[in-house]
Parts: sequence; C-alpha cells; structure tokens
Amino acid sequence: MGRYVLRRLAQAVGVLWAAYTVSFFVLEFLPGDPVSAMAGGGLTSSPVDPAELAALRAQYGFDKPIVVQYFDYLGRALVGDFGDSVATGRSVTGTIAAALPPTLQLTAAALVLAVLFGGGLAVSATYTSRRWLRQVLLSVPPLAISIPSFWAGLMLVQLLSFRIRLFPAFGNAGLAGLVLPAVTLAIPTGALIAQVLAKSLLATLDAPFVQTARAKGAGRIRVHLRHALRSASLPALTIVGLLVGQLVASAVVIETVFSRNGLGRVMAGAVSVQDIPLVQGVVVFGAFVFVVVNLIVDLIYPVLDPRIVVARPRSYA
Amino acid sequence: MSSVVRSKSIRCAVVSAAAVTLFTGACGTGGDRGGDAGPPRSGGTLRFSVASDAGCVDPQQVGSSDTLYSLRETVDSLTDQDPATGRPVPWLAQSWEVSPDAKSFTFRLRSDVTFSDGTPLNAQVVKANFDAIPKLGALAILSKGYVTGYVGTEVIDEHTAKVTFEQPNAQFLQATSTAALGLISTADAAKTPQQRCSDGVIGSGPFVLSKYVPNQSITITKRVGYGWGSPLWSKQGEAYLDSIEFTVIPESGVRAGSVQSGQLDVATGLGRADEAGLKASGISLLTRSHPGAVFNLGLNNSRPILRDAQVRKAIQAAVDRRQVVEAVFASGTVPATGILSHTTPGYTDLSADLALDVARSKSLLDAAGWQVGSDGIRRKDGTRLSLTVVWFNNSQNTRAALELVQQQLKVVGVELQLQELQVTQFPALLGSGDFDGLWGGDLSRADPDCLRTLYSTQQVNAYRLPPSELDGLLTAQAAEADPVKRAPLVEQAQQLVVRNAYVIPVVELETVLAAAPTVHGLTFESSSRTRLHDTWRS
Repeated sequence: MGRYVLRRLAQAVGVLWAAYTVSFFVLEFLPGDPVSAMAGGGLTSSPVDPAELAALRAQYGFDKPIVVQYFDYLGRALVGDFGDSVATGRSVTGTIAAALPPTLQLTAAALVLAVLFGGGLAVSATYTSRRWLRQVLLSVPPLAISIPSFWAGLMLVQLLSFRIRLFPAFGNAGLAGLVLPAVTLAIPTGALIAQVLAKSLLATLDAPFVQTARAKGAGRIRVHLRHALRSASLPALTIVGLLVGQLVASAVVIETVFSRNGLGRVMAGAVSVQDIPLVQGVVVFGAFVFVVVNLIVDLIYPVLDPRIVVARPRSYA
Repeated sequence: MSSVVRSKSIRCAVVSAAAVTLFTGACGTGGDRGGDAGPPRSGGTLRFSVASDAGCVDPQQVGSSDTLYSLRETVDSLTDQDPATGRPVPWLAQSWEVSPDAKSFTFRLRSDVTFSDGTPLNAQVVKANFDAIPKLGALAILSKGYVTGYVGTEVIDEHTAKVTFEQPNAQFLQATSTAALGLISTADAAKTPQQRCSDGVIGSGPFVLSKYVPNQSITITKRVGYGWGSPLWSKQGEAYLDSIEFTVIPESGVRAGSVQSGQLDVATGLGRADEAGLKASGISLLTRSHPGAVFNLGLNNSRPILRDAQVRKAIQAAVDRRQVVEAVFASGTVPATGILSHTTPGYTDLSADLALDVARSKSLLDAAGWQVGSDGIRRKDGTRLSLTVVWFNNSQNTRAALELVQQQLKVVGVELQLQELQVTQFPALLGSGDFDGLWGGDLSRADPDCLRTLYSTQQVNAYRLPPSELDGLLTAQAAEADPVKRAPLVEQAQQLVVRNAYVIPVVELETVLAAAPTVHGLTFESSSRTRLHDTWRS
C-alpha cells in the first residue's frame, strides 16, 4: 500500500511539472508578444516608445533567454510565487485566490447535481423491468452529452430567467444565482456518469456473484444497490476524477454565459492578451486540483476493491 | 451633410445634442416617454451592464469604454466639450488661455472644489497629475498620448496652473475634457500605476467608486455635497441617482434580455440580433456615432499593387457602405461619409467622394491595366488582383462586414482573402507591415488630431503612406490654436486622405445602448459615452 501511494504521488508531481512546462512553451511560441500587446492593445493610437517597451520586458523578465526564463519561473513557482499579471499588475496568486471561491461553488454544485442526476438515471434505467422505459432512460445520456453547454445555458436563461423570471440571469449572487449555471454544467457531466454507470451496472448484474447473492435470497433492491452498485461504481468513479478537469475547463463557457466571476473568466481573459504569468498560474492550479482529485480517486479504489493494489497496479492509472 | 443617407439619425444626433438632455426613446421608434414620467426624482440605483472589464479602475490608465462608463463619473475634468458644437466649456477650470504657438495652456481653477478624500483642488494637484501621467505604464495609451512632449506644469498661484509642451499641441485643450485626463487626488497621483489600477483613485466627480469586483462589477455611489458640475449638465449640484452598479455581462443576448425582463436598466454594446426582442418589449435603442476616425479598410500603400492610386480609388468606388450598414450593423448606424465620423469636431462631408460607382471602379481598373481573367479576377503582367486583408476578432461585426465587402469587390474583379489574427499579434503586424489590407483603423477621439495620429508619416504610419503635403497639413493643424484657422487645415487633410484613398472608410462606429422606459435623462457626452449625472429613474 505504501509503495502504491508513493507511486501515485510521484505521478502527480510529474503531471504538475508537465502541465507547467507544456503551457510555458506553448505560450512562448504563440505568435504575438504580451508586452507590445498590452501597450498596443489593438489600437492604432500613439506610437509607443521602444525604450519603454524594453523596460517593461525587463521588468517581467521577458528579455532573458527562454531557457533562463523557464527556470526562473519554475524556481519561483516551486515556492508558490507566480509573479504579477502582465495585464492588471495584480499578483497571480491573489487573482486566483479571489476567483477561486465562485468557481469552486459552481463546480462543486455541478458535480453533486451530476452525480445525483447521472447516478439516479443509471440506477433507475437498470432497475426497471419495463423494457421501453429502460430504452427511453438509456437514450437520455447520449442526447444530453451532445447539447453544447453554451446553447443549453442560453436556453435556460431565456426560459427560467427572462420568461418565467425564476432565477437571475447573471452574477454571483447567492444560491439562486448558482442554480442555472450549475444545472447547465451538470447536464453533460451527469450524462457521462449515467452512461458509464449504466453500462457497468448492466454488466455487473449478470456477474456470477450477483447471481449468487440473488440465489441466497437477497432482495432485488438490496442486490441492486448494495452488491451491484458498489462494484459497478469503479469505472464511474474514474470518470468523476477525469470530469473534475473537464468541469474547470467548461467553467470558461459557463462563467461567460452567466456572467459569473471565476477562474474560467480569469483564464479566458488572460489567454486573450497572452498574460503569461497569469495563464501559467491558472494552468498549474488547474492541474493541481486535477491531480489531487485523481489521487483521492486512486486511493479510494483499494477501499472499494482490494484486488487492485495487489493484482493490477497499472490498469487504472 | 448628406440628406439622403441618414437624415433621421443626423437629425436625432443634432437635436439631442442641442437639447443636451436626450430622453430615452427620443431617437428610437417608440414615443418620448419622458413626458409621462413627471418631474425628475432623486434616489435609487441604476443597474447598468457592460460587456467587459479592463482589470483596472484608474480612469487615467484605462482605454476601454466599458470601464470608462463608470470611472468617468468619478473624476471631473479641467474642461468639458459640448457634444453639439465641439467647443470646450469650463468645468474645473473657470477659464484658460492658449499661447499663440499652442505650446502652453494656462488654466484658472474653481476654488470651491474638493476631492472625495476632502483635499482641495489647486494648481499643485494639476501639476501632480500631469507630472505623473508620462510615468504611467504603457497601459495608459490614451492619457499618455495626449501629453506627448510634456515639459512641465508651473504653479502660478494657488488656483492657476500653466502646462507647457515642447512642440505645438493644439489637441491638448480637447484632451483636458476627457476622462483620461480627469483629475485625481495628489496622494493617488503619487502611487504606482499598479496600485492605482487595483485600488482605484480618488476624484472630485459626482460619484465615488465604492466597490470593484474584477470581471463582475463596478459600483459607484453619489458624492453628497457635489456642486461643481459641467455647465452642460441640466441639473446643478448632486446627481439624481444614489448609486449605479455596472455589471459585467459578456453575452450581448443576456444583456439585452436582462433589460427586457427588468433585471437591468441599461445595456450597452447591443447588436442587430438583439434589436427585435428589445423593440417587441417597447425598449428603444439610443445611438450616437463615436467621434474620430471611422471603421475602414486600411490599405498598405507600400505594396506594389496598392501604390497605384487608381487601384485604391477603384476599391473605394466599389464598396457599397449602405449595404454593409444595413446587413451587418445595428440600426441607427450610419455609413461613413468621410474619414471622420459626423460627430467629430471639424468633420467634413465627403460623401460624394465615397459614393458607390461600380462603372467608375471598373474603368479605373481598366485604365490601370488590370484585365478581367477567366475566373473573374483581374490580372496584370501575370499578377492576380488579390489582396490579403487581416482582421482581429475583437469586434462582433467584423467578419460579416468584411465578407460583404469581399463580395462587393469581387464584382469589379478584385479578390480579397480574409485572414483572422489574434489581437496580441497586432503590434507585430504593424511592425512587419505584412498585410495588404487591415480592417479597423478606427480611433475614437473628439478632436480631428486623430488624423495626425493615424496618417502622419512621423507617427506609427501603419498604412505606409508616402511623405506628402498631408504631413505638412497635419503638423500645421496641431500647431494652430485658433479654431477658425485650424478648420480649413483639417478639412484639407480629410480631403487628401479620402481622395487619395489611402484607406477606405466604411462605417461609423456607434455606441448602441438600450434603456428601460423607467430611465430618463440619459445623455451622451462628446466622446459618445454616457453622462449619468442627469440620469434618474421613475
């Protein structure tokens, strides 16, 4: 078990470093230049003094060779210092800290909704003995996955905010403001969970140990929820781990549609002006969250199924 | 002024500007509801939406209108500019003198003004402000450009300050009326640009910045005891509204829908697609063209094909501006009738030079030796008449407008290839000059000196104009302090730009906003941004 944890930790650190490195070089090789972009800003206005641009470049360390910049940034990032945003002058850590709570609220609420919606759908689809109902329920996930979040969000706003006036259309205000964005975000996520869980539940229900349980006289609900669901939730759990990353990425769209402040908006803004320090900070932070969640998921596996550590250490990486 | 082209909107702009107060709906399709609302009432919060957040709450550093809507209300300026006449009027300065060489400007300040931290306005504050502006970061695009060549400010007495420049700088007087040169307290002028950006600044304006949440909202509250407003405002003393909340809403559909459903009072930046729903709800749009250089197709005049004035003029004659406006832009938008928009002081109507004339376009190209090839595109000595036009997706209508221009030019045998770039690539593109055409080239400025910024070969010269008599005119108008003598210089400069077709003017950039019927007294200032001191809710 100790070696299993250590191996997972080492992988986590590797993922963080890779995210950092890849984003650094991708940004570096994008056409355009953050310093002249902030000075020109897309305007054909007054000429900018080259000496001033040079001073700015030096201030942010953009004048050094790229390898030096890379290790400079990396060294400071290791102690949690991601420097200042080129566009706003604010500290990157401060900016992320300020944008984090609304995004956490949103993704947590969406994840809970998605698990309830996805789990409920999968369980009821596999539990029902009416064939037509099962078909109908099982066709919901593929349909829901194919709806673009952007469109779904705008439709929900049109209906539940502009027409029925049930929820606010924008802003971060309280629980009421959280409902529409969380539901929008939960639709594709919940659908994925439902898809995976239903498939594995169906397979598990045919497994010998379930037959055994049934033969021993366990009730139908008990077999379904205690025996089959526990075993079938492993793949779904893996998906939840992956979905956390996807949720943060989808937050860019959701936060834009619902005009919420948050990491997604910070990220979108930073990318559009090539704000390298800020993008780096958000990418590393996102990777960090992703890695931690997956680490937790990895550590839960052995609890659900002890055979994993012993027999197949690599298959769920 | 062309009577055919946009008589309604021009009448609107002139009437509303002259009346100073523009009641909601006065220029829309709906009736004037201002009359039913009774006498103006004080109090309440106005809920105002904008599309973006600049990430900075210092009016001297920010260039984005979305952020200046709010910050404009927190600072006063030395002068104000009458949107109807373009003339400067007193504000914080009771009077001023411009030296005949347009190098120094002496302002006599009001003595009853205080900043919201309680400190008084005096000549020392003016000096502290102007001394600090050249030291602002490169982010301060607008204000720094206005004080290029700044030598210093002399404190002549407690309430008299003299600002001096190295070279003639006639545009400076108009610049003192902008939010970018709005005065802030001495203490804030001494802070670093970053501090000012994130913490905001103390001004003497009718509202005070009370809350800023990046990417979300800017809230301003009424300054109690305010009593030094611009004479152009209809109400003296304090503002009507208790507070105004500017919410950042990136989606224009959500902005429009929120006004329709009563969740917001005012929405800015609306497009044609939002109009039907708004009109159905009885909400009308208020529009005013931005002063300054219009949206245009800028040509790289150093390219071999485009060096030939006949080719440029042929492109000019083949663009149907009216069609572009009607198909793409919000109603109320007007086609360009010159290189400056009609709301710019010193504007010259050159609509005759910009008339659609396909036959003339074709004959110009024939005369220049370009023969129509088998694919409909012209050729000369084996070269196709094909131009690469670069655009940046930072304005919602650009693609549609360009695609229409592309079709219009194809009719006369000119091929446009459209290339989309990131805004961050813009500075590098200007440096390399690697384009035939460049969509945009607009510059909002209520002073014709924007022509010098854009077209003088001593400036950026993005369009690679050859040195010509235009340079002399642009320098001369910048040195002419007398508006009467400056006008003909500015007129000739506009004629030269348009008649040489250095760039192809297309459409005037418009402020489009929707206001709920309960909003009254919402006016536009000379830069076509809102003026909220006189605004009230019923």
